[in-house]
Amino acid sequence: MRFAPHTDDDAREMLAACGLSSIDGLFAHLPPGVTLDRELGIPAGLSEMELVSEMRRLAARNRHADDLVCFAGGGAYDHYVPSIVWALAGRSELYTSYTPYQPEISQGVLQILFEYQSMICELTGLDVSNASLYDGPTALVEAVHMATSATGRSRILVTEALDPRFLQTLRTYGAGEHFEVERIAADKGVTGVEGIVGEPAAVVVQHPNGWGNLENARDLFGAAHAAGARAIQVFDPLSLGIVASPAELGADIAVGEGQVLGNHLNYGGPYLGVIAARIQDVRRMPGRIVGETADVDGARGYVLTLQAREQHIRREKATSNICTNQTLMAVAATVYLAWLGPEGLRELGQQCLAKTRYAAERLSGLSDTELKYPEAEFFKEFVLRTERDPVAIQSALIEAGFLTGPIVGDDGLLVSVTERRTREEIDAFAKAFEGATQ
Amino acid sequence: MTGAPVRRGGPDLGSPTLRELARPGRRAWTFPVLDVPLVELPAEHARSAGPSLPEVSEIDIVRHFTRLSQMNYGVDTGFYPLGSCSMKYNPKVAETVAALPGFQRLHPHQPEETVQGALELLWMLERALCEVTGMARVTFQPPAGASGELTGLLVIRAYHTKNGNPRSKIVIPDSAHGTNPASVSLSGYQVRQVPSDARGLVDVGQLEKLVDEDVAGLMLTNPNTLGLFEDEIEGIAEVLHRVGALLYYDGANLNAIIGRVRPGDMGFDVVHMNTHKTFATPHGGGGPGAGPVAVGESLERFLPKPLLGFDQDSGRYYWDHDRPDSIGRVHGFNGNFGVLVRAFAYVFGHGRDGLREVGERAVLNANYLACLVMGDYPLAFPGRPMHEFVSTARPMKRHGVRAMDVAKRLIDLGFHPPTVYFPLVVEEAMMVEPTETESKETLDAFAEAMLQAAREAREHPELLHEAPVTAPVRRLDEAKAARELKLRW
Repeated sequence: MRFAPHTDDDAREMLAACGLSSIDGLFAHLPPGVTLDRELGIPAGLSEMELVSEMRRLAARNRHADDLVCFAGGGAYDHYVPSIVWALAGRSELYTSYTPYQPEISQGVLQILFEYQSMICELTGLDVSNASLYDGPTALVEAVHMATSATGRSRILVTEALDPRFLQTLRTYGAGEHFEVERIAADKGVTGVEGIVGEPAAVVVQHPNGWGNLENARDLFGAAHAAGARAIQVFDPLSLGIVASPAELGADIAVGEGQVLGNHLNYGGPYLGVIAARIQDVRRMPGRIVGETADVDGARGYVLTLQAREQHIRREKATSNICTNQTLMAVAATVYLAWLGPEGLRELGQQCLAKTRYAAERLSGLSDTELKYPEAEFFKEFVLRTERDPVAIQSALIEAGFLTGPIVGDDGLLVSVTERRTREEIDAFAKAFEGATQ
Repeated sequence: MTGAPVRRGGPDLGSPTLRELARPGRRAWTFPVLDVPLVELPAEHARSAGPSLPEVSEIDIVRHFTRLSQMNYGVDTGFYPLGSCSMKYNPKVAETVAALPGFQRLHPHQPEETVQGALELLWMLERALCEVTGMARVTFQPPAGASGELTGLLVIRAYHTKNGNPRSKIVIPDSAHGTNPASVSLSGYQVRQVPSDARGLVDVGQLEKLVDEDVAGLMLTNPNTLGLFEDEIEGIAEVLHRVGALLYYDGANLNAIIGRVRPGDMGFDVVHMNTHKTFATPHGGGGPGAGPVAVGESLERFLPKPLLGFDQDSGRYYWDHDRPDSIGRVHGFNGNFGVLVRAFAYVFGHGRDGLREVGERAVLNANYLACLVMGDYPLAFPGRPMHEFVSTARPMKRHGVRAMDVAKRLIDLGFHPPTVYFPLVVEEAMMVEPTETESKETLDAFAEAMLQAAREAREHPELLHEAPVTAPVRRLDEAKAARELKLRW
């Protein structure tokens, strides 16, 4: 593949205009000690059709959620992506543009991001959203940074029921930012309020939590506030048609994995980091924020705003180092939320809840298998405990045509049921599961 | 050849929001009828009132977003000479292959046995990126360049900590991109700035004075942020390595030297790449990117985990979690895989010759364009530009015209403007990066537009002050936006 349009004559004329006779002349000032005196050890280029064949070969070596029925969850979910989402987010005027530094010719992306921010505020009940972060776990790191900045404290209390990938990511960044992470116990599948002691900067609760269970979030956030901490909720955007919003529960900052908002599974990325907060923390928010304004004629328009928080202005004192974010994923989320509307979001939530409950009842009735947290309420996933090796069960289920996971601890297997699953699929899954446990 | 969106006249001027389009009871969604028993959520968990999302029909949505897209400038609509951003053509075939269900429909928790093709793809891409950079191993976790910077700095910190002392300072040039100092702070280091010399290059004398055994490393782009090659790079590396400090290569400008110079051969120890720059993955209006980080053998043990592994005997790829010295996880899963699939298509589609040609044509285009416009827009520094050049609009100041005015006038003339006011060390900076994508005709037309703007600055400066007049909106009041915060409807 070659895309540079220069003919040999073009190159000659252009070089001549620079007073040169060869391409090498453009590089003549580079020190010889650092220039490569051989070709790169990479295969020769391919035509488009050869490339497509090679990539089809690689793709064909993978099983995927179209040839296996997907009951896997744990932070990435097989929700239906309606056709219009990528038909519109895939408009090349949008996806081939850069960050909207020139607002007059970027009103498309800017208005969409303003609408995205508006809908995230509606979903969470909070006051402000930014224009996107990388993914859920890195959004949590940013939220924790806001909390340490707001409180001047460094202890972060994190529920044991948090998806482990969030905890691992938080710990990595703690090494540089000097905050300490401590765990709060979650017996019987939900977080205990008695773990909130001392003077933490933040209390982090995932709700629904990493095992799918609904937390007593109001009590936990009440205790966080009593301790002078910021209450941070890790939330599932698609739970919010039926589950109480972060604002109702008392969260100060809410972060979520926005993959569920019209984005494909993509083997883990690109996803969408959602963050929203109360107005008290607006100047501590990370990343791009779009604001409404007017042009010199008074016409409505949109710009990147509060840029004094950001790295290109504030440099080492910026609230975050983020520059490139996940705008295109936020565009997809905006289209998707418009498609759902309030009624669609509620219907989606009810279908997830009902189908998950149905699946839990079918599966927990099998021999050798039970719900790991039978007393907990859950939304769209739950943990099964089995007497057999969960790795072996997972493999056997793939043989039978079903994806599950992740594996939780030594004896648990997470099962997630989205609106896409039918009663027939759930029944077949339960049957295969029974076969796999024997 | 020109592609700026233009204002539509008439009564439909301005674009309503989704909320303004909404009518109660209208809807786009469809779901199958629920085929299992309905369940009620216990009252203590239930939402009291549903979110007030807009209620719109599907055609409302389609027209709304289509119209908004028409108010946006992209590489597909026209020339995009935004300096330091490498806005090159994004090949369509990359979109085709990234949408294959075998890539797009992979769940990140799938067992390794079911994703051998994805892991093979990453392994092949890793080998190619190691060859391009002269490094030993790559992590694909960082989802963007700034995340790659922070990852690389945490690797540097882990290396020094392992050697007994994390040290406290990182040196960056005064022309550095803002993400560099921001990443330094987040990694727990302090910033020390080294000035540029009269040639626009790192002042090696000043650097020697700054560097002591408390310096953990130096972050540098090469070509640097002024588009100039740091020709004393071997000496710079020596200054750092002498005291045990490491060299970090910010890959923002890798496009200039691909296939000709490798960061590893210049003495760099850690490298991040921006796939949306060098490898043409679409920037999406702000993201997603991918910021793979490559390191030499001595730093491999510190890379984020899991790291990709390959077992020669069985021919099997796997994720290696057993890495006790790793800095840990920097992304929820394994990075922006969908973006890396597109980068793979670009790298292997071009191959060794194609990649080298990319760098050559990018440098040719920048030099040619610089020659055409430097009469009116003097180069900030005299050296030969690489893939981009930094000019100054300072001569126009006496006519009351600023770089931003030129930028806005270029919009009226149909073009996306260059980057303005960056790097910060150049007064009235205009940073132009044409990339290899553009033809001589496009460069000639753009140069003519820049020269026209310069003429108008002298003769009719009001044209520049009033610009843009053809865009969907005119100049926007940024002060009002920050003062009267309206961040949602």
